Amino acid sequence: MEKKLVVSSSPHLRAPETIQSIMFDVLTALFPAALAGVLLFGYSALITILLATFTAMLTEALVLRTRNIIGDGSAAVTGLLLALTLPPAPPWWLVVFGSVVAILIGKHVFGGLGSNLFNPALVGRAVLTVSWAGHMTAWAAPLDGVSAATPLAGGSASMLEMFTGTIPGSIGETSAAALLLGALWLFYKGLISWHIPVSYIATVFVMGAIQAGAGFAGPAEMLSQGLFHVLAGGLLLAAFFMATDMVTSPVTREGQVIFGAGIGIITMAIRFYGGYPEGVTFAILLMNGATPLIDNLTVPTKFGEVKA
Amino acid sequence: MAKTFKGGVHPGHFKSATAGKPIADANPPARVAVLMQQHIGAPCEPLVEVGDAVKVGQKVGDSQAFVSVPAHSSVSGKVVELRDYPHPVGRPARAVVIESDGQDTWHESVKANPPLEELSGDDIKKIIREAGIAGMGGATFPTHVKLSPPPEKPIDTVIINGSECEPFLTADHRLMLERPEAVVFGLKALMKVLGVEKGYIGVEDNKPDCVEALKKAAEGEPVEVKSFHTKYPQGAEKQLIYAFNGREVPSGGLPMDVGTVVQNAGTAVAIADAVRKGVPLLERIVTVTGPGVEAPANLRVKIGTMVSEVIAQCGGLKENARKVILGGPMMGLAQNTTEMPVIKGTSGILVLTDKEVHIHEIQPCIRCGRCVEVCPVSIMPLVIGSATEKGYPDKAEAYHAVDCIECGCCSYICPAKRPLTQWIRLSKGEILAKAKKK
Repeated sequence: MEKKLVVSSSPHLRAPETIQSIMFDVLTALFPAALAGVLLFGYSALITILLATFTAMLTEALVLRTRNIIGDGSAAVTGLLLALTLPPAPPWWLVVFGSVVAILIGKHVFGGLGSNLFNPALVGRAVLTVSWAGHMTAWAAPLDGVSAATPLAGGSASMLEMFTGTIPGSIGETSAAALLLGALWLFYKGLISWHIPVSYIATVFVMGAIQAGAGFAGPAEMLSQGLFHVLAGGLLLAAFFMATDMVTSPVTREGQVIFGAGIGIITMAIRFYGGYPEGVTFAILLMNGATPLIDNLTVPTKFGEVKA
Repeated sequence: MAKTFKGGVHPGHFKSATAGKPIADANPPARVAVLMQQHIGAPCEPLVEVGDAVKVGQKVGDSQAFVSVPAHSSVSGKVVELRDYPHPVGRPARAVVIESDGQDTWHESVKANPPLEELSGDDIKKIIREAGIAGMGGATFPTHVKLSPPPEKPIDTVIINGSECEPFLTADHRLMLERPEAVVFGLKALMKVLGVEKGYIGVEDNKPDCVEALKKAAEGEPVEVKSFHTKYPQGAEKQLIYAFNGREVPSGGLPMDVGTVVQNAGTAVAIADAVRKGVPLLERIVTVTGPGVEAPANLRVKIGTMVSEVIAQCGGLKENARKVILGGPMMGLAQNTTEMPVIKGTSGILVLTDKEVHIHEIQPCIRCGRCVEVCPVSIMPLVIGSATEKGYPDKAEAYHAVDCIECGCCSYICPAKRPLTQWIRLSKGEILAKAKKK
């Protein structure tokens, strides 16, 4: 036999899915939200998205010392996610700074892909939020660009407006419809399971409803307050695209439910009692930090474990 | 809902190339190399010397050890060599090489036994041992050992495993379809040995023709045929038992600990032939398949035939053939030569081509959790894999590396193409070796 046979360890079949295919699927899932952001907030939103994404990709390529700027696609996901959490018209240097921080501090100081403890995009956003609070809360009404308050900061909005996204807010967070469309794609591709989003959203809904109930409101008011907290702010973007980040969330299903509920509780605590109107970013970052602990507490019972 | 177990993957069937092909006899080999170790346990000592004349069914190797089975000559002719041969599942091992005279003269020891009703359980067990029968699903554990539970472990369930959950393989499929009465008879013999009143046959539901054929053959017998959800590794012994009766074989334990004995369908047929006709295990069904084989087939191959000869009969290797695997694609072993003999556990010869053979770059774990999701024994492959990679054997042990059944689901599903199964196997081996030393 002239040609040598390949010898490798079993299994000899591998599933088609790769890290790169996962990242491209996430980018595809984020497309509706990004498109809605551009349609609602215009040219400046498009520039912000492109700038954040490209800066993230470039930073990653520099850190990895590679000419392959696309790489595994994970940097593009981080950059795009960061852009979607930014206000519609931030200064260019803010976008670049946030993106560089996300990749450098959020990801590579921990060891790069798979080793980061915290969601890189949210690390970038958190740094920007505490450093330039003014720029980070420069909200504008969609379509006409007049400055306005978000629903969580006391602005008024109907449920329908919150569903379509014609409310002030970050580029990618306002349109529930676009986010749900993207989430459907993630479910269809098997990239997220119900555990984190459902436990997170359910916790927020219940806590929102209970708070309304504590003010002796009727069931209709409780329902609408619960729903308000689910649709307001960055909650849906966070529930489907941020909290579900594989690297920074628990691996077991049980752990994911604890994780989601924990984010929900912290989010609502910040919304009710905190200094910021929105608490999603810090809620997720705090629970990211708890992930190794949750993983240790939810090690599955192995098959055949003798039940004492 | 068809019965099943937790975890598992769907790697695709790839069975259509051979599922419809009736079993054909392989060409009679000019010489065979009968390996002295074709089973788990003590190797055999050769009972013949160079120059001896041997006949079909004659014992050519045996051992005094309990966990061992004898080996027989599958041809009649002359012993020409005692030498080491490459082994499908281990290091090169001693083989008795016999040149066939083409006559296939039966040895005197091969004669029909009295009917099943007149045999005692011990008689049957002895017949099975003397016939050299070892688990033919691939693990080749001596069958008579499985049939000798200690008195404190009563057996109430006997299951014939007809899952054949490995993709590509159809040897058991064809055998169950073409000789269902032999499967049922083999099961009845096993039931008699173990004193069990009712027996079961489990088949994956992607083989409805087998289910039907077996049901027909089982009519009027105390045997029930059940079909399972098609999912890999449905045929893994402990997973099969769990799907069957909800019993979890304790970690580190054996099926007999939960009163259950499982035997492969091919083993049942071998038992039937041994009990009825006195024929020892001389041949087996081998699925020769894969994109790298010209004419895939299910062949009845004499034990000791060279793999290269069997492939040649199927039109030989294609130009772009790159990997030869003995067994299925999930658990089979890739070989560096085809100059090795078929043994009792060779269920398939699978040849993959350039198109299917990739050397993957290992990427970092992104903690997607898919390996935990698919693991049939509920361990955490990502943790054990990384611990092995970084050299933390204690962590690998703490996360139950030894419970791994090496089914390959984690490596299959991993998007970062991490060789998780290989790493776990490595740690498992080290942990077991350490435990032995103590």
